[in-house]
Amino acid sequence: MAEFILRRILQALLVLIVMTVLVFFGVNVIGNPVYIFASSECDQACLARIIADLGLDRPVWEQYLVFMGNLAQGDLGNSFTHGVPALELIFERLPATLELAVMALLLALAIGLPLGMRAGLKPNAFSSRLIMGFSMISFSVPVFWIGLIMIVVFSVQLGWMPAVGRGETVMIFGIDFSFVTFSGLHHLILPAFTLSLIMMAFVIRLTRAGMREVLYSDYIKFARANGVRERRVLSLHVMKNILIPIVTVLGMEFGGIIAFAVVVESIFSWPGVGKMLIDGIAVLDRPLIVAYLIFVVFMFVILNLLVDILYTLLDPRVRLGAASA
Amino acid sequence: MKKWLVGLMAAVLLAATPGVAQEVLTIGVRSEASSLDPHWTQLSADLQVQEHIFERMVALDSASQPVPGLAVSWEPLDDTTWEFRLREGVTWHDGEPFTAEDVIFSMDRLRGGISGAPASPAFTLEKGGKTWEMIDDYTVHIYTDGPYPTVAEDLAMVPIVAQHAAEGVTASVDFNSGQAAIGTGPFMFEEFDPGNRISVVRNPNWWGGDVQWDQVIFRPVGQDSARLAALLNGDVDMIDYPPTIDLPQLEENPDFAVSTIPSDRLIYIMPSYRHVEEFIRDNDGNVMVPNPMRDWRVRRAMSLAINRDAIRDRIMGGASLPTRNIVPPGFFGYVDDLEADPYDPEAAMALLEEAGYGDGFQITLHGPNDRYINDSRILEAIAQMWSRIGITTEVDAMPRNIFFSRLIRGDELTMPGFDVPEFSVSMTGWGTVAGEATYTVSGTLETYNAATGGGNGNFGRYSNPAIDARSVLAKQTIDPEERLAILQEAIQIGMDDYAYIPIHFQVNNWAMSSDLVHEPRTNERTLAIEVNRAE
Amino acid sequence: MTDLAQDVPGPRTSNFRLAVRRFLASPTAVGALLVFAFFCVAALLAPWIAPQNPYDLAQVDILDSLLEPGSESFTGMTYWLGTDGQGRDMLSAILYGIRISLMVGLLSGFFALIVGTTVGLIAAYRRGWAETVLMRIVDLQLSFPTILVALILLVILGRGVDKIIFALVVVQWAYFARTVRGVALVEGSREYVEAARGLRLGGVRILLGHVLPNCLPTILVVATMQMAAAISLEATLSFLGLGLPPTRPSLGLLIANGFDYLQSGRYWISVVPGLVLLAIIVSANLLGDRLRDILNPHLRR
Repeated sequence: MAEFILRRILQALLVLIVMTVLVFFGVNVIGNPVYIFASSECDQACLARIIADLGLDRPVWEQYLVFMGNLAQGDLGNSFTHGVPALELIFERLPATLELAVMALLLALAIGLPLGMRAGLKPNAFSSRLIMGFSMISFSVPVFWIGLIMIVVFSVQLGWMPAVGRGETVMIFGIDFSFVTFSGLHHLILPAFTLSLIMMAFVIRLTRAGMREVLYSDYIKFARANGVRERRVLSLHVMKNILIPIVTVLGMEFGGIIAFAVVVESIFSWPGVGKMLIDGIAVLDRPLIVAYLIFVVFMFVILNLLVDILYTLLDPRVRLGAASA
Repeated sequence: MKKWLVGLMAAVLLAATPGVAQEVLTIGVRSEASSLDPHWTQLSADLQVQEHIFERMVALDSASQPVPGLAVSWEPLDDTTWEFRLREGVTWHDGEPFTAEDVIFSMDRLRGGISGAPASPAFTLEKGGKTWEMIDDYTVHIYTDGPYPTVAEDLAMVPIVAQHAAEGVTASVDFNSGQAAIGTGPFMFEEFDPGNRISVVRNPNWWGGDVQWDQVIFRPVGQDSARLAALLNGDVDMIDYPPTIDLPQLEENPDFAVSTIPSDRLIYIMPSYRHVEEFIRDNDGNVMVPNPMRDWRVRRAMSLAINRDAIRDRIMGGASLPTRNIVPPGFFGYVDDLEADPYDPEAAMALLEEAGYGDGFQITLHGPNDRYINDSRILEAIAQMWSRIGITTEVDAMPRNIFFSRLIRGDELTMPGFDVPEFSVSMTGWGTVAGEATYTVSGTLETYNAATGGGNGNFGRYSNPAIDARSVLAKQTIDPEERLAILQEAIQIGMDDYAYIPIHFQVNNWAMSSDLVHEPRTNERTLAIEVNRAE
Repeated sequence: MTDLAQDVPGPRTSNFRLAVRRFLASPTAVGALLVFAFFCVAALLAPWIAPQNPYDLAQVDILDSLLEPGSESFTGMTYWLGTDGQGRDMLSAILYGIRISLMVGLLSGFFALIVGTTVGLIAAYRRGWAETVLMRIVDLQLSFPTILVALILLVILGRGVDKIIFALVVVQWAYFARTVRGVALVEGSREYVEAARGLRLGGVRILLGHVLPNCLPTILVVATMQMAAAISLEATLSFLGLGLPPTRPSLGLLIANGFDYLQSGRYWISVVPGLVLLAIIVSANLLGDRLRDILNPHLRR
């Protein structure tokens, strides 16, 4: 196990180095952030002074070495735009993204599970066809388009939902959360639902497939034959059997949700890390972009590690590291 | 768990208690302030929030003309000395008195350099080689190298911070936390929640009188249509930059009001004057020698081919001011009889014919697509219009993070080295922040000179000795009338020569619920002090 | 599902017939195929059937901007789907947009298929360290969300059709590689491959002549799904301002541009391209679904 984890960490480091090189040099080629910020009256001497102050006049490889040196000490540098340590900015805005992602996950399960079970129980019913059609559409429709339509329909036309931003927050364990206040929840629903659609499609399909598999398995038939009530059969046996694959897939897809949050956050002006990334890209805030990436790589490594470990716990037949044999 | 419930209930009760009605103004803004350190950048998005908290010696009125701020008066004592008398009885938000020491501290802080600041206003202090001295608690002298007329305009860009609060703090960080965000302005720092909201509360002791809002909240909403949606469904009371396409509907809607004023931002086409241009080709795709942009008839033809009224009506929702001036009406240097060129494609084609380009040629028009109001749509419209007179135009619109680097320096991969603007014909904008034309003439019309800073925005490398002489002279002429005459001459010469092709001044718009009235500002900033409840 | 036919020489024809018959049995699948084919033909013929060349600025007139569907231009041309803010005929813009969206989807799918299949086959055939390294890269690639990787790549590369295709290939090849390797491993252990080995046929010949053809059905399924994903991803990236240049809009950009007009009631500028995009992606996904059910016994149950 220790060897497995170590190998994973080494891989992550490799990815990290490749990513930082790419981004560092790439962003540098695109342009110079000073030109974006500069006032029209800032003359050549003024530009040169700022560029020197930010260290942007030095060769890129030199800037990169300085950056890596600082990184080794846990310093990701200050955001060009905000002058605040980039890591601090990320942690400040992470709760909003996590809140959105978890809410999307819960919505996907709360809506997807019952729908999927229904579709699995009576596959030929009209309602089941509707459900599968819905899952196909929610899987196919581009997230940004549905987000825009949601704003137009629910906030502008109907006026039921706020269009932008996060509601009031309450501090719990030193972190601001908004889902505990009414306004917070109110603001959360539209973006979370938009974000949950793709995941919901997955849940519906997995539940339906699992449902059908289990329903035709011998022990369910046996249980029925023994007169166990239908509802009980469903709730106990079926749920237990289909939850395992769903949990694992969702564990892996959670990363995808965080990534798609970039899109949803920029549509709904949700103050999370995804919107921060897009804003950072617009002004070439290199420290911010790089810090976000490092953070994401780190998060994915942890997430994948957890899923792998979970696998071994759920299914002893999976032997860790078997793939590298 | 229980504590949490009690807290929640208390919060609900508090919100429900009638008590004194809180006057809260929520403003949806296009761009978020990046920092509350007023010496950090020169971005309007930053300044407009900071100006609620911090003030300057010289304030700008809604037409960007200098008016007393923390200084009550100023005058030149001789050619190189200006005396500023400060306002007495002003206190900082924490109750400490404001004195000349704070002014000196603020200017010293800028001169010392704000480490990491991407666009500090320090350069305004460099201009004219300014030095300063405290005479007494309420008098400051500013010295310049030689005669220098625009000291007051420059100081309007220098926010004053409190020495006792800002000494030794970390730039930006300690201001964002509120620790050093102690100003003299009408509002006091309350909260900076990045990406979500910035809030300020009323300063009960403001020297300028009663402040009408108990709390002002800025919410960044970058998406134009989402910002409008937030206004329409009441999330916010007011927004800046309403999508121009929706302006007619907003104006008709009795629940909403729109405020409008011409901006100081000129949108113009900048031709490039080098002998050979990469992006100008004849109809067979060959580079043209000489570069047709060097013929003023071609430039005039291109100007005449632009239907500025159509751009205003069809793209800008009526919100633009077609022009041939370089500063907006009301600004020092505006030339009354410079009228926007009429739309005259026949005359344009005749001019091209006369210049020997009757068969036309091909150009690529470069410009940003996320910087100016409707920029990429204007680019496309101009390309349509030029294509009609035979100048086949391709548009290459790009995000500002790419555009400005290439505009100023060119592509560093293909053009290693420095200082080589890349584009042959580009559309860009120039904001006359100081409210007067001296540095607009110097920045856009003077010959590029890295040593003196002349022509720092002249990326087309236009060069005209008649303008250079006047521009240099204007920068040293203190007498306003004399300087005005010189500036107007320079502008007239430049525009008659079509040094560049002005399209229009942007018009600033705000949209708000109809129970608000707003006095709009030329310089694009949204200030709560200028918003009132309608009677 | 033991298919005896697979082990007999020359089984593919009958398999193919069987597959076609089963495909035609599903009205949904046939409908999806028709819809998809319709859009493909429309895209292909765009330059001939579009009333206007939306890229030729001399044909577009700003004075015709924001006309409702069915309006007539000064020259007497009818704008069946209205015009956008630039005065561009929406029908033409959509036809050309489909062209770009489909081209991006098909080309990126094709290149990803080539790269991924090659890697997958090599991994399956070589085994040993080559397989380990390649499959580790695949795993790593698959563990990151496609949108994020594509986004970062485009930030670095800039905008353009070639760049977005490159970015999409980078994020999609791994799906092909993994699937192909899986199938190839199974096929590789079958008797006919053993037999070919016994005949001392060269490795490449075995791979291309025997293993690859048997992987094709699976590749086809993955390709269909990936193409749908690519079209959607391109639209999303373009919406974020990172995909294609705004002057030659794909469906995604048309939607994004049109959104600004939605609130003032000019629904046609955004909604019609949105529906077209949705129809293309849904039909491609339905096709993929059906193909998977028919062609891929491994995934079917």
